[in-house]
Amino acid sequence: MAEARIGVFVCRCGTNIGGFVDVPALVEYAKGLPNVVFSQENLYTCSEAGLTEIRQAIADHQLNRVIVASCTPRTHEPLFRSTCKAAGLNPYLFEFVNIREQCSWVHMHEPEAATEKARALIRMGVARAKLLEPQEEIEVEVLPSALIIGGGIAGMTCALSLADRGFEVTLVERDRTLGGRLKDLYTLSPTQEDASDLLAGKMASVKANRNIEVLTSATVRAVNGFFGNYDVTITQDGTDIPFKAGVIVVATGAEEFKPQGMYGYDGKKVITQLELERLLKADRFDAENIVMIQCVGARDAKRPYCSRVCCITALKNAMILVERNPKAQIVILYRDLQTYGTVYEAVYRKAREAGILFVKYAPQRPPVVNGSVVTVFDGLLGEELLLPYDYLVLSTPLIAYPDSGELAKMLKVPVDEYGFFLEAHVKLKPLDFATDGVYLCGSAHWPSTVSESIAQAYGAASRASIPLSQRRVRAEPIIAVVDEEKCIGCGLCELICPFKAIRLEDMPGGRIARTLVASCKGCGVCGAACPQRAITMRHFTDEQMLAEIVALTEER
Amino acid sequence: MLVIGGGIAGIQAALDLGDMGVQVHLVEQEPSIGGRMAQLDKTFPTNDCSICILAPKMAECFRHPHITLHTYSEVTAVSGNMGDFSVKVLKKARFVKEEACVACGDCSAKCPVRVPDKFDLGMRQRGAIYMYFLQALPMVMTIDRENCLYLTRDVCRICEKVCTRDAIDFEQKDTEIDLRVGAIIVATGFDPFDPVGLSEYGYRRYRNVVTALEYERLICASGPSGGHLLRPSDRKPAQTLAFIQCVGSRDVRHNPYCSTVCCMHATKEAMLAREHDSAAHSYVFYMDLRASGKGFQRYVTRSQEEYGTTYINGRVAKITEDLEGNPVVWYEEPLGPATVKMKVDLAVLATSLVPRRGTEALAKILSVEVDKYGFFKSDPLTPYESSRAGIFVCGCCREPTDIPESIIQASGAAAKAAEIVAGGSC
Repeated sequence: MAEARIGVFVCRCGTNIGGFVDVPALVEYAKGLPNVVFSQENLYTCSEAGLTEIRQAIADHQLNRVIVASCTPRTHEPLFRSTCKAAGLNPYLFEFVNIREQCSWVHMHEPEAATEKARALIRMGVARAKLLEPQEEIEVEVLPSALIIGGGIAGMTCALSLADRGFEVTLVERDRTLGGRLKDLYTLSPTQEDASDLLAGKMASVKANRNIEVLTSATVRAVNGFFGNYDVTITQDGTDIPFKAGVIVVATGAEEFKPQGMYGYDGKKVITQLELERLLKADRFDAENIVMIQCVGARDAKRPYCSRVCCITALKNAMILVERNPKAQIVILYRDLQTYGTVYEAVYRKAREAGILFVKYAPQRPPVVNGSVVTVFDGLLGEELLLPYDYLVLSTPLIAYPDSGELAKMLKVPVDEYGFFLEAHVKLKPLDFATDGVYLCGSAHWPSTVSESIAQAYGAASRASIPLSQRRVRAEPIIAVVDEEKCIGCGLCELICPFKAIRLEDMPGGRIARTLVASCKGCGVCGAACPQRAITMRHFTDEQMLAEIVALTEER
Repeated sequence: MLVIGGGIAGIQAALDLGDMGVQVHLVEQEPSIGGRMAQLDKTFPTNDCSICILAPKMAECFRHPHITLHTYSEVTAVSGNMGDFSVKVLKKARFVKEEACVACGDCSAKCPVRVPDKFDLGMRQRGAIYMYFLQALPMVMTIDRENCLYLTRDVCRICEKVCTRDAIDFEQKDTEIDLRVGAIIVATGFDPFDPVGLSEYGYRRYRNVVTALEYERLICASGPSGGHLLRPSDRKPAQTLAFIQCVGSRDVRHNPYCSTVCCMHATKEAMLAREHDSAAHSYVFYMDLRASGKGFQRYVTRSQEEYGTTYINGRVAKITEDLEGNPVVWYEEPLGPATVKMKVDLAVLATSLVPRRGTEALAKILSVEVDKYGFFKSDPLTPYESSRAGIFVCGCCREPTDIPESIIQASGAAAKAAEIVAGGSC
């Protein structure tokens, strides 16, 4: 390839970088680095103005390498790569240097040191960019079918949306019947519609849809393969069922926390909201004095999060109790009432008008249960209240299923510290995973109401339908390449590959390792382990990495 | 497909549909796509820079082969039925040739007119020819016909003279376009509630009482003070800040509903004040602290522990002003002393999210119902369906929602719209 002609664009990112790092100094510094023929700063490199300047500079200065020193490749690399591509430059001749997350944000109180670090990172980027090679993306065919894991309201809704658009769906539910948490609910907030009506309707639609295959009492045992072509093994009644799917949606839901040992919980007179719903559904509830306690096992040291749905559920159930028995006296002990939005706030107002009492307690002085009396310090009155009860209802949070981690491992997707599945980007990609081809909806993501689960299920259906509609997807060419001359067929790479993407094959001259192009994620584990140094990572070659390290150690 | 509204929800809906291979028309009334998210400085609970994460999406939308953008345009009539709607779109004249303008800004610098800039909520002046904002897309200038000297008084034409690209075109006329679409997604978003009517807070009477959206512009690098947190009256650094929650929200006199996002944006804004100035201290006055989304509670804890934000449970009774122009916040704390007066440098009002101006008129054009608060009506169990088949709603035009929720809903509405195309009725 011709001599490298590198252009370096340093982004101010408003004040995000420019407020802490000396951007003009970085531009001057970059100009002095080997092979750099052009450098400039941008207020926002990612704005259309910045992108136009990149395209212009590629043409004006015959750049054959482009470096942007700005933010994170997670959100911006595709944009800059496509900008290079539009200007006729192979997108893999683009190099990203992160001087925001790695400099200005973490070292905002040491601007000089942050600038020094940014210099080093740019120097490293330039050293690597010089050695970059053009790469061609790999095209993979997408099978027009989806696997949906979890047959609750989210899974069923998602299945129906995809199936109605002509895609084949396999809906896997580990329980004996579909329905998930919806099966235990009595009515739905805020309309008080019967939960079983919604469930029956959805189940009938799923059953009638010939594009949906339902597998109940079934669990996912293994997921192999890759985006567009997953090999899935489902276990049902002890038998393994193998099948293929193009995309996967996680809709496994969450479960109610059981407050063992808290507030005298016994499942009889001291019960959870879900247990109350079952009693209401069976018409086996009759009481006049009811006390509800919010945030039982939530917003505490062990589970610091707010579970979003419990206040709404408590209000809904309290309203049912008042309607059934106008003489009922209901007191709800709460910390912050979470009736966000237009509809739930209206329910809250109605509940107050209906005579339901709300008592705010502080976490430092939680209610105390003595026999059939709850004692609580009212944070507004400044007095202790004694509340006798027939039933004490504890609002407990939704928690992740204990085995969500296992499923996450199979799908190679992350979970957060509470066990909920972690999306690709909290703000911009709430329904996608960082792993392409796997999507997320419902309470598996975060505690959600039935309405929110439905909303998310359609959203996940949209996201999953994109590769299914495109039929082909492009995969990154960043994969392991085996030098067949050097490979001795020891099989270490096959043993340690977390993606089952490299395996030994019998060849005339003996066994050698081969990469399965579409499965390989380019993680580099095989390359690091290979005793023969026969494996190179494309776009992250030893030579490129070493050049960066050498540049780091160089004097400025 | 037609998507009305080019904020984050409209952009996401258009992108999802475009990526499915569906042809999309995206209509935006302002000169640029971007919406409210473009006006925010950072976003909770990650403190990501708002425009930084929005700009790539805007660019993707702008360049998408299946998306046709109609900015500075409005939907004026809709007829037909699900699967085959006829839509009239009024494309307002910019008096600037989009293909010739390179947004160099020479014209705007020479324009003799100075009017308050809408994007910066009147806190900055702009010319009658202007860019909507720095990262606007399409990246072209627009002449505002209400204020241009030539268009109102037949004098000037300076912009025409200074433009080296011959991009000014005073002959441009408003045009009407006819579109035929299978389904319509409405994503017209929200306006911030105008708190002038809440006279007890002194908004407009006291210069150092601002709304939360004004505060977002004040701390933003591309905002009117270049990212320095200076209070409006004397441009002194604001170090003691009061964030007043539920201004217009949860208030039977105005908007009885909860606006959902304010507890979190106040938390973010308090953290940002400290990031701008390590001596800054923020007080958040709240009724119920609503932090029920993913990572929200932890964010509040971080604000308290790492940024020293003080949360005070109580509704502020009134704000007065002392002789130095400092807002004085009057409040009562549960079980605290009777009335406390707190002097601050800047008071920030978390105003409600209300339907965009023009929502009612658009509802009439679309023949869809609005709810009692003026948001587009939808049912909790069919969250995207409006009262008319084939017209779907998402984002803040149906209920106040945060950005991730708006994105979820945009994708969801796209799925519903795509079902119509798949059904063969388009």
